[in-house]
Amino acid sequence: MKSVLEVKNLSAFFGTNPVLKGVSLSVTAEQVTAIIGPSGCGKSTFLRCVNRMHEVVHGAIVTGDVLLNGESVYGKDVDPVLIRRRVGMVFQKPTPFPTMSIYNNVAVGLRLNGLKKQAVLDEQVEGSLRKVALWDEVKDRLSQPGMSLSGGQQQRLCIARALAVNPEVLLLDEPTSALDPMSSGKIEELLRELKKNYTIVIVTHNMQQAARISDTTGFFLTGELIEFDATKKIFTTPQDARTEDYITGRFG
Amino acid sequence: MSWDFFVKLPVPVGEIGGGMAHAIIGTVKLLFVAVFIGFPVGLMGGIYLSEFGRRPSSAGRPSSDEQGRFAYCVRYASDILNGIPSIVVGIFVYIVVVLPMKHFSTLAGGIALGIIMIPIVLKGTEEFLKLVPSTLREAGLALGMPEWKVILTIVVPTAFPGVMTSTMLAIARVSGETAPLLFTSFGNRYFSSGWMEPTASLPAMIYTYSISPYPDWKRQAWAGGTVLLALVFLTNILSRSFLHRKKMGYR
Repeated sequence: MKSVLEVKNLSAFFGTNPVLKGVSLSVTAEQVTAIIGPSGCGKSTFLRCVNRMHEVVHGAIVTGDVLLNGESVYGKDVDPVLIRRRVGMVFQKPTPFPTMSIYNNVAVGLRLNGLKKQAVLDEQVEGSLRKVALWDEVKDRLSQPGMSLSGGQQQRLCIARALAVNPEVLLLDEPTSALDPMSSGKIEELLRELKKNYTIVIVTHNMQQAARISDTTGFFLTGELIEFDATKKIFTTPQDARTEDYITGRFG
Repeated sequence: MSWDFFVKLPVPVGEIGGGMAHAIIGTVKLLFVAVFIGFPVGLMGGIYLSEFGRRPSSAGRPSSDEQGRFAYCVRYASDILNGIPSIVVGIFVYIVVVLPMKHFSTLAGGIALGIIMIPIVLKGTEEFLKLVPSTLREAGLALGMPEWKVILTIVVPTAFPGVMTSTMLAIARVSGETAPLLFTSFGNRYFSSGWMEPTASLPAMIYTYSISPYPDWKRQAWAGGTVLLALVFLTNILSRSFLHRKKMGYR
């Protein structure tokens, strides 16, 4: 099995305060990898280290390395902007760009990569919207603002925006925690479909969600990776007592 | 108030009638120059202070207590400029523009008004840019946009209606300024051609006419005031309808 992400002894700090302590794991291609753990355990920071978003914050430091398809993300002359184009990211709250139409929200990434031909753009935008099952809902109003959609639709629009540039890995930071159960269900269904072609890492607070959609699960606690294994194993026969405590709801 | 008021020049004292056409045109010209100076400088200053003048704090949001020394100076200078009496700005422009040119001009008047506009536009721009959620900036960055592109294509457009509003506010504020114009654009009984001649302006005309002893002039001063108000109102409506159309028609 091919691994897309290879995380090696990754630590992250805000100033001198460690939020991630020596995490090593590898993410397998065309699978959903879920990251679970209580709030403040470094799940989001972990995601943000993968596409070098962690360093956007002042005083943030990263040590260790992340290999994206064998290439170091933290290499000396690696441009973080170019890394971010190879890694898709979707946030907790839907973030369509408010001044852009539905169409442009998807096309903006494509244009960023130098795509200019209208016909090709149209085709790619349609393709991306189809992938997130949004095309039929919005095809007649592509020129309306992205903000005119419902929360769940907005989040799917953001996933389409991330997918449009064909990322090597898709990072989702609690993508359903701001949505109602119906919309969450749709997104879960979508992720199951998407993993046929994409590699997905999802951070979630919802353990049932992790159990439903992921193939591999990592459990984080206070910045450490406690256990990382097949989802089935984690949820049925966890090796570590702390993992068991967490998934059975004894704490966290 | 009659149609003559809008299209005729003033008549000599004692005659009834005449208008302020030259002052209306003069005010529009002055405001044009003022916006030309105040808007870009204020906009760029506001963008600088909001986006670059602060180091982002731990939450990814910029905080104002951590700022570079230069940003501190810019903000301080802008605040001081905001507090300067407008007549001092007039004297300043008199010294640096009018004296070297050796005559009063529309240009000098516009520059004076533009300088008064700068801190208002700047502060407004900064505040409205700060209101743009940091999640939007992060979404842009995560998509692989360089920072300048995030600012130009996402942050500024999102805040643009607000920036426009503060510019309108600044225009409304300076369109009533009289004091700085006395030293710079001076006044003119006739239409001024081009930008290098002294020009009449509504506030200055209102001032002269209202302190005059002639009842007809006093009436005209009131009329001038009404026109000035209407002018500001019109600018507001025009810019709003423009913004509205732009919002609806993009793709």
